[in-house]
Amino acid sequence: MSQPNTSESVFGASVLRREDARFLTGRGRYTDDVTLPGTTYAAFVRSPHAHARVRAIDIGRAQQVRGVRAIFTGAQLAADGVNGIPTAWLLPDIKLPAHPPLAVDRARYVGEAVAVVIADNAYVARDAADLVNVDYEPLPAVVDTEGAAAATTLVHDIAPANRCFHWSLGDAAAVDAAFSDAAHIVRQRLLNQRLAAVAMEPRSALASYDKATEDLTLWVTSQNPHVHRLIMGAFVLGVPEHKFRVIAPDVGGGFGSKIFIYPEECVLAWATKQIARPVKWTATRSESFLTDAQGRDHVTDVELALDAEGHILGLRVNTIANLGAYLSLFAPCVPTYLYGTLLSGVYKIPAIHVEVDAVFTNTTPVDAYRGAGRPEAAYLLERIVDIAAKQIGMNPAALRRQNFIPADAFPYQTPVALQYDSGNYAPALDLALRKLDYPKILEEQAQARKQGRYVGIGISTYIEACSIAPSQVVGSLGAQAGLWESASVRVHPTGKVSVFTGSHAHGQGHETTFAQLASHDLGIPMADVEIVHGDTAVVPFGMGSYGSRSAAVGGTAIHNAIGKIKDKAKRIAAHLLEAAPEDITEENGKYFVRGAPDRAKGFGELALTAYLAHNLPRDVEPGLEANSFYDPSNFTFPFGAHIAVVEVSRATGDVKVLKYVAVDDVGNVINPMIVDGMVHGGIAQGIAQALWEEVRFDDNGQPLNASLMTYAVPRADQLPSFDTARTVTPSPVNPLGIKGAGETGTIASTPAVANAVMDALAPFGVTHLDMPLTPEKLWTAMESAGDQRRA
Amino acid sequence: MVEIHLSVNGAPHHDEVEPRLLLVHYLRETLGLTGTHVGCDTSQCGACTVLLDGKSVKSCTVLTVQADGAEVTTIEGVATADSMHPVQEAFHQEHGLQCGFCTPGMVMAAIDLLQRTPHPTDEQIRTGLDGNMCRCTGYHNIVKAVKAASEKLAAEVPERPGRTPIHTPLGVPIVQ
Repeated sequence: MSQPNTSESVFGASVLRREDARFLTGRGRYTDDVTLPGTTYAAFVRSPHAHARVRAIDIGRAQQVRGVRAIFTGAQLAADGVNGIPTAWLLPDIKLPAHPPLAVDRARYVGEAVAVVIADNAYVARDAADLVNVDYEPLPAVVDTEGAAAATTLVHDIAPANRCFHWSLGDAAAVDAAFSDAAHIVRQRLLNQRLAAVAMEPRSALASYDKATEDLTLWVTSQNPHVHRLIMGAFVLGVPEHKFRVIAPDVGGGFGSKIFIYPEECVLAWATKQIARPVKWTATRSESFLTDAQGRDHVTDVELALDAEGHILGLRVNTIANLGAYLSLFAPCVPTYLYGTLLSGVYKIPAIHVEVDAVFTNTTPVDAYRGAGRPEAAYLLERIVDIAAKQIGMNPAALRRQNFIPADAFPYQTPVALQYDSGNYAPALDLALRKLDYPKILEEQAQARKQGRYVGIGISTYIEACSIAPSQVVGSLGAQAGLWESASVRVHPTGKVSVFTGSHAHGQGHETTFAQLASHDLGIPMADVEIVHGDTAVVPFGMGSYGSRSAAVGGTAIHNAIGKIKDKAKRIAAHLLEAAPEDITEENGKYFVRGAPDRAKGFGELALTAYLAHNLPRDVEPGLEANSFYDPSNFTFPFGAHIAVVEVSRATGDVKVLKYVAVDDVGNVINPMIVDGMVHGGIAQGIAQALWEEVRFDDNGQPLNASLMTYAVPRADQLPSFDTARTVTPSPVNPLGIKGAGETGTIASTPAVANAVMDALAPFGVTHLDMPLTPEKLWTAMESAGDQRRA
Repeated sequence: MVEIHLSVNGAPHHDEVEPRLLLVHYLRETLGLTGTHVGCDTSQCGACTVLLDGKSVKSCTVLTVQADGAEVTTIEGVATADSMHPVQEAFHQEHGLQCGFCTPGMVMAAIDLLQRTPHPTDEQIRTGLDGNMCRCTGYHNIVKAVKAASEKLAAEVPERPGRTPIHTPLGVPIVQ
């Protein structure tokens, strides 16, 4: 990265967040907080069946309810030319079933919307929706991930064996050869259970159509408002992009679930025009559990081949991925290019082969959830390496260390397509072990075991891919969009600056971190910089925030736009100082002839000069504003080592996380406080997958835990405090040296905790249990095995 | 419709409401106090926490008619014109919030917790905030913030033998 611009640079400092004041005083502005004059309210009629033919919809009684303005069905939307919701990632031979915003003749999961009622207030809309009488003919449901292929029922008639696609990567012959030479072969079947994202703010939308101007405005809980506008406008609704404004105001968490285009916002954006009134809808939490895209849901057979000394020779992976009832926006890339490509982890693995079968089932659609494919890869790799260490009788840290890609091997080409940018894995593991005082903890564990206490230590050395993504690369792999990012930097005549970013913050603190970045680059106070995001009417077309891309891609776009501003400022300064532009240098916002800092032009003076335009060089236009569209040349690859120490209660099976150490390397860091905060939250979500969370359906596709009463989002008293630290290996991919930090915690912590629990259960001879590692599951395992040492 | 009189953040209100109207919807939709959020429909998440006669309640579980005659304090009524409440300030200093959605409820619950337990241990803080969910922070910095706020409030009112500091809903320390 460039040198800090000021002696007390704000780049790298834990600056307190400027977002906080409004959130702490109740003055945040989330979608549901926006109400327009004449706003009406929508309630959706949803299928109570996982799979049913919709024979008829009787709206007679509902229409009689006072305050009801309109009731619409899927047939009406289709008749008016509303299209289905598309997917934005295509793979060879993929099956693309239609996904109408309201089901027309068949409902394919519990909660699928079949009609909408719009009324003067939300209570009346709900009352009337309950009076809509839908005549369903229930059909057999396909639910089980593994059983989908053999099911006699088809979720979609166009997808035989319920297969959406088959995908493979790597060299199968090389893997076969590696296995034939192996001294040790380790095999395990692993379930990576389905999860719900549970952003605390439920999804919400408010659509308003102005008949006089023909402008359509949509406020929506979106991580990527331009993507919403493009897909809804061009593909679903046929609304011209320049007459369609999408605003994603304050958004209360996303974790992936607010990337996608959902039926409800499409219906509202269409309905507002029909009834000439604004229409609002906000999901109840129950609706969120039924309809927000969910994550994970893999069944995987993994095999690892090692030589006699524990060097990894090959990895073979076969996965069935459950995509749910419809293809959500990015669903096809999650169990493929965000998963199979990460299977080398931090290890030198000469041969890897992965096959993925993706299936449709009569369940809620599945798409990206924090980590998206990368947690699934990290979990299987870190589990199988741990199982291998146990089987061979090696220390799990030592086995990992001896298989690390060495620091001098970067850039490193894996056998699964990716080229890692930079890495230095051993120091991160060493630091984590040191922070934990590993030898002492091993000793304490041995003592505890003698006392009949079951303490376990679990290590995870993970990798993740951020800086999503080089557009040409993802285009060649099936993406239907570029994945660059935009920035527009507008310097006002007084030298104050507005930065417009295509990234979107929904908890990440961009208003602070991007202001730090701009302040650093321009050499002006942070207070002189405003960050603007989330409104397609003011921000240049941008791709939004997911995949830990905002700082690495969005930040670099800001950095590059500021570079153009500074170039122009130098030309103006050169003109005023009667020097050549190449002789002008800049420090702390002062522009001067190299070696003559006493005759300097300040940034504010140059901005004013640019706008007055009384005295500019002939070839320089007035004004001071620049755009950048930054397309990364590669992904970036954060990594690290997480270690969990847990104790399993023999009496109850309950797991207590005693200690948690996280060492992450996310490259250069703009604001350590914010990065630490994201790591904390990520760890909590990852621990929750290991121990508690699981979306469950019964055999008929009925959700069994679709509320916060039954879905186990962790609470404060279930979690420990976290001990976090960092090593810093800058990325050479972008000029800021940033790798990305939003998902590391989630990716790393799940296998660390699962490994720790399995380590705790070693005295019982239990080598593997599938997540979530609930008290019941652990107690049953301990009860049936018994402590082998006493046998 | 039922007639109600109540005070919200010190201002009197007189309205006619449907008996089924939840307090949180009265605050948000009728009074426009949108700082109080709705994060679930089963009284689990605590985003809607307000103080009712000085004690924290989940306003999604209170009917507006039940608040007849009561004093309600929402997140909008916690700071003074000049400064944030010590709990709000501590959340800012300790980075106890990210997306901000759970924050108003978390702050109100923390204020109530510190009224009941002015000098909480970390464990008491974690147990005391059990009714409020956060998906962003992993609670790490929330615990730190509440701890810091308790120390700040305690420093403002040094404990003296025989005297018990009481913190009003607005955090104004009173020594009896």
